[in-house]
Amino acid sequence: MSRLSDHNVVIAREIIARYPKPKSALIPLVHLSQEQNGYVTTEAMKHIAELIGVTPAEVYGTATFYEMFKFEPVGKYVVNVCGTMSCALLGAGELLHHAEEKLGVKAGGTTDDGLITLMPAECQAACTEAPCLQVNYRFRYRMTTSDLDALIDDLRAGRLDGEIPPHGTLGRTRQTIPDDRAVGAVHPDDVTTGPAWIPMEQDR
Amino acid sequence: MTDSTRAVTHDYIPGFYIGDRPQVVTSRFEYEDSYTLERFLATDGYKGLEKCLAGTPAQMHEEVKVSTVLGRGGAGFPAGVKWGFTPAGVWPRYLVVNGDESEPGTYKDRLLMERDPHQLIEGCLIACYAAGLSQCFLYVRGEMALAQERIATALNEAYAAGYVGTNILGTDFSVDIVLHWGAGAYVVGEETALIESLEGERGMPRLKPPFFPAAVGLYGKPTIVNNVETLANLPFVALNGSVAYTAIGTATSPGTRMVAVSGHVKRPGVFEIVNGSTTFRDIIYGEEFSQGIRDDNDLKAFVPGGGSAPWFLPDQLDVPFEGREAGTAGSMLGSGAVMVMDSTTDIPAAALTLTKFYAHESCGKCTPCREGGTWLMRLLERVVAGHGTDADLAQMLEVGQTICPGEMPHASSERLGLEAVPFPYKMTTICFVGPSAWAPLHSALTLFPEEFAARVTPAPKRISIPVTALAAAGADQ
Repeated sequence: MSRLSDHNVVIAREIIARYPKPKSALIPLVHLSQEQNGYVTTEAMKHIAELIGVTPAEVYGTATFYEMFKFEPVGKYVVNVCGTMSCALLGAGELLHHAEEKLGVKAGGTTDDGLITLMPAECQAACTEAPCLQVNYRFRYRMTTSDLDALIDDLRAGRLDGEIPPHGTLGRTRQTIPDDRAVGAVHPDDVTTGPAWIPMEQDR
Repeated sequence: MTDSTRAVTHDYIPGFYIGDRPQVVTSRFEYEDSYTLERFLATDGYKGLEKCLAGTPAQMHEEVKVSTVLGRGGAGFPAGVKWGFTPAGVWPRYLVVNGDESEPGTYKDRLLMERDPHQLIEGCLIACYAAGLSQCFLYVRGEMALAQERIATALNEAYAAGYVGTNILGTDFSVDIVLHWGAGAYVVGEETALIESLEGERGMPRLKPPFFPAAVGLYGKPTIVNNVETLANLPFVALNGSVAYTAIGTATSPGTRMVAVSGHVKRPGVFEIVNGSTTFRDIIYGEEFSQGIRDDNDLKAFVPGGGSAPWFLPDQLDVPFEGREAGTAGSMLGSGAVMVMDSTTDIPAAALTLTKFYAHESCGKCTPCREGGTWLMRLLERVVAGHGTDADLAQMLEVGQTICPGEMPHASSERLGLEAVPFPYKMTTICFVGPSAWAPLHSALTLFPEEFAARVTPAPKRISIPVTALAAAGADQ
């Protein structure tokens, strides 16, 4: 079952309604499908294409541009080890090498039990906390090799289940716009005059 | 108010240091619950918006213009002037918030989104009111799960409390703020690529000029794209006025800047510094900032403004953190990221980390960046691995010329007898990813030629017969 579930279709329609044009919801919906399945399936992309009124190829074309979308199954946890300058200056190379040895996979690979995928990554905006890594996009700062060992042991023992949701889930809180407060999407072709709070004379 | 060396040590914002300096955007960071509506309201939250709504949009726009709030995303263009570029009589207009922070070395927008999401929301509302923007899209980098969570929660709270949505605070000002997030692409930080991405396309920059987003942007309509930190400054301006804002910093660079110092320093961290007057020496060696180089080593070089910026040497330590001065010295302030390299640093290897980054992040639209970035990476990989020749170094310069023709900006060096070449560069690509792929390696080659020379062997002499000689020989027969 890799199309969007009925529950997620309801969410998808809410998201689509927020945008003046449905295609703007493409990336949020691909995230939604990745949250549901752990990766982006072909069936889900076809379903998203139906929902936003584009071809499946357009969904695929956009989605494959972006690093975070995975088109093959990945581990429950994706560990991204940063390797850009600040982290590299402070030992990111050794950290990644250590992770490869500890997990018994090369960077880019998934452990045999399907639990952990190890990925080399580019700058994660935590440069003062180098070297850093992310587990399913949750940060771990100033990592030493022993911190990494402990982290992997914790992941394997399920001790971080409450803190780190399975791969695909980003923000665990969704935006909800209450009906009585919503202005609604401002369509580029429907609006031809300035908004109510802008006096006519101010329009230069 | 605070001890100058005190760190805020909540474990979810490590590395932020308050200091005894004016705080424009970080005034709530010392509270553990700084991201909640309750704390926000207890600390003058949404007061700037109230004051703004009591006046006309034109008054607020003027206040921002007079304050010279410079864009904090990299280009440093004044926000109030940018807002004025929307063409008359063309509606609707949109606001797109650039929260796609991913410049190497930069760590400030994430902090502002995680620690004070309501301040950002208030800034968005002020911008929408002043510039007549009918809908706001808040684009947060995909990899920032906590920031997304905090902003979603803050927006839900703000909608429920009547700060966002229809008839805000009982006025006729109505605007939706839609949280949107990306999926991992550095180039999407470029404003036209951000708009493409928001339209559901691959994040490739649009050709500009002729049409800048302020004229033709999202869905072809006038669109203001502002950085998170830029917008986070607006509540202060609205509440305290331009006089209070311009009292901080210098005339050309008023207010404060968020600066992240990383690499080989004793105390890496994020600091809100006084704009314009603080020097790089203060930032790297100052007791209230990064406290000097680790193990008391010597400073070798530093990146003054994010991975894209040409490098500075110890010669430039007394340059103030001010856009024009940094430009004259041969680099830029970019997004407020200082990366420090001490005397133990292997310069070609350090440059390679950035060259790899840009080769990886090229969107592929412009040939010089797509092909050139990759070639630079391959050549440099070979040199760093010890298999390079002097022909590889010459080849790097040739590839660099195809991306940035002419003289490339660089710092002055007393040791090498080099004069500075001021910013900016010429470029053959649509956006700055191209020059960024070349700038770090160019700096490394120019400022540390001996480290490259020591890594390469002379290229083997090729036995070649010039084509003209062959032709002449053929004619003889």
